Amino acid sequence: MYDIGLFHFLFVSCALFFIGVYGFLTRRNMITMLMSVELILNSVNINFIAFNKFLFPDKLDGLFFTIFIITIAAAEAAVAIAIIINLYRNYNTIDVEEANTMKY
Amino acid sequence: MLSTSLIVLIPLLPVFSFILIALAGRRYFPSLCGILGTLSLLVSFILAATVAYDYFFLVGKAGETYQQIIPLKITWLRFSPNVSIDMGVLLDPISVMMIVVVTLVSLMVHFYSLGYMKGEERYATFYGFLGLFTFSMLGLVLASNIFQIYIFWELVGVSSYLLIGFYFDKPSAVAAAKKAFIVTRFADLGFLIGILILSFYAGTLDFQTLILRLTTPTDQLHNIATASFLGCSVLTWGLVLVFIGGAGKSAMFPLHIWLPDAMEGPTPVSALIHAATMVVAGVFLVARLFPIYAISCPPALDVVMWVGVSSSFIAAIIACTQTDIKRVLAYSTMSQIGYMMFSLGVSRYGGENGLGYMASMFHLFTHAMFKALLFLGAGAVIHYVHSNEMKDMGGLRKLMPVTHLTFLVACLAIAGIPPFAGFFSKEEILQAAFHSNKAIFGIAILTAAITAFYMFRLYFNIFWNKNFHAHSESHESHHGEAPGTMLIPLVILGLMSVCAGFIPFGKLVTSDGKALLTEFNPAFSIAPVLLATLGIIIAWSFYKKESLAPQRMANGLKGLYTGAYNKFYIDEIYIFITKKVVFNLVGRPAAWFDRNIVDGFMNLLATITGQISFLIKKLQSGKLQHYASYFFVGVIAFVMIFIYLWT
Repeated sequence: MYDIGLFHFLFVSCALFFIGVYGFLTRRNMITMLMSVELILNSVNINFIAFNKFLFPDKLDGLFFTIFIITIAAAEAAVAIAIIINLYRNYNTIDVEEANTMKY
Repeated sequence: MLSTSLIVLIPLLPVFSFILIALAGRRYFPSLCGILGTLSLLVSFILAATVAYDYFFLVGKAGETYQQIIPLKITWLRFSPNVSIDMGVLLDPISVMMIVVVTLVSLMVHFYSLGYMKGEERYATFYGFLGLFTFSMLGLVLASNIFQIYIFWELVGVSSYLLIGFYFDKPSAVAAAKKAFIVTRFADLGFLIGILILSFYAGTLDFQTLILRLTTPTDQLHNIATASFLGCSVLTWGLVLVFIGGAGKSAMFPLHIWLPDAMEGPTPVSALIHAATMVVAGVFLVARLFPIYAISCPPALDVVMWVGVSSSFIAAIIACTQTDIKRVLAYSTMSQIGYMMFSLGVSRYGGENGLGYMASMFHLFTHAMFKALLFLGAGAVIHYVHSNEMKDMGGLRKLMPVTHLTFLVACLAIAGIPPFAGFFSKEEILQAAFHSNKAIFGIAILTAAITAFYMFRLYFNIFWNKNFHAHSESHESHHGEAPGTMLIPLVILGLMSVCAGFIPFGKLVTSDGKALLTEFNPAFSIAPVLLATLGIIIAWSFYKKESLAPQRMANGLKGLYTGAYNKFYIDEIYIFITKKVVFNLVGRPAAWFDRNIVDGFMNLLATITGQISFLIKKLQSGKLQHYASYFFVGVIAFVMIFIYLWT
């Protein structure tokens, strides 16, 4: 059997990233979009961990960054949900297509 | 001795009073502003009289000649070592004479207005404006260089504008103020160009140096006096342009149209500005530059002469037909200033030839006295009758004895009846004209007769003719003659009009500063006095009682009468030229060019920009996911560029 190497991690991370971007661009529901953003963030986390483990095994910088990002993502989720609730109150929907007043 | 600080105080006191009234007086002590202005003018006048005494009798003479003294000179703007603009004070016979005239008349007007303007809503403002005007006029006559005179010239124009438009809720007053300002500004354009020409060739703005350089025969002077531009030499053009400025301010034909309308201002203002002081600024200007005119450029002096004599004659004819008493006085002012102008025009520099110059200054002095008196008297009449029209007056001699007497004195003075002031000065002018140009003399003596006629037409219409009918029963009881503050100036000016003629002007004010002995020639004065008396007699027979004679006369000379009554349609000609010719031939094409070519180009640019933005605005859909996908595509593109093209 093959060992699981850097390439595998990067493949998973890359797939996760594009799944996130696709979800972000195509879903109309803001909660789903928020979830997609979380996917993107997690793909970055995987990248950090993988590079840290395979390239600089004696350092911990990548881990720190990952923990940072998880924390920030939690805070960001709170803010995003607050925005979504506000949107709902104003438009009675959380469909982004409906919130289109910010144009010419 | 002449003390610099005292001389400087003469113009500064009125402006201090103006500033004080404008900043504080108007709000906190409006009723005291009149007294404040009058007191400052009183001190100013005393100082001016002291300076005049010192100058004429103690320090002015070096040998036999009056010198120009410059007690103060400050460099104001220095552009380069050679070019600078100074502010200074220049004392010579004419400026000393003018400060006395200006402060005296202004003092009288200040004093008179205490009664005349009493109860006006903007009483304090009025005194503020009077102070500003007096300051400007004094600055003008004391100016030591031609640029300084221009600054004060404009200041005088502004204060005149403010005072004509004093009753700014009357549309006619607003129109008159604008008319006066625009016409004189138009003339000042000529003045400014003239200043630039003269100072460019002389290389200086200073009067003394300017006159010295432009009268000493050198190669350079020869060049500019012969170099031809449109048929006249450059120097002639410069001097004529300066004269146009003076003609605008002095209401010379054909720039006189603003003066009769300027009578919309309060009557004391008419006395001060539009009779005695500001309108003689043009005469003063020509007198100031007189050596250049007379020595280097006699053709320009001929222009002055013909403009002066034609204004004098035309104004006299128009004055015979007007019915508004202030307008009659306005035209008579114009006529008398025409006298001063052509008197300068017939004069030459130095000695016996300078008789006209001296006569002109003499007439300026005496005219200021009796014309201010006439206006103040007319003011008292208007104050009493509440109307400017002759038909509302008549038979006032019993009701207003003091006004009647002083008015009569002034009429005799302006008509040139001995021994009143106007006789002497007019005599000198006629003599000067007689010795140089017989045609001018003929017109002048005819004008003198007409002057006597229309002044006494005015006099008889106001004080004799029919009986006065008050417009209401209560008029008589509440209305005496005029208050004392109005009568005292009348009496003082009346005394001046009687005795000003005996001042030996020839010894004091002459073209070259040397005394000029004028012999009084009784034989010569017979004709003018007889003609003036004839004018008075005709006026007496027409207007002493109500009669039909004037109407028959008017019908007999129908064309001339209607023409003169309508001021020879000069206003209409102006309106035709400005409205029809200038607007249609210049204004409309220019407006068309502006609207279609200039604006069109800008509109084209705007339209193109608008079209492009209309096309690309679809990108701004307002949909979050569109923006995100543009962003994503952009990032991908950058990544591609960095990976594959950036090597």
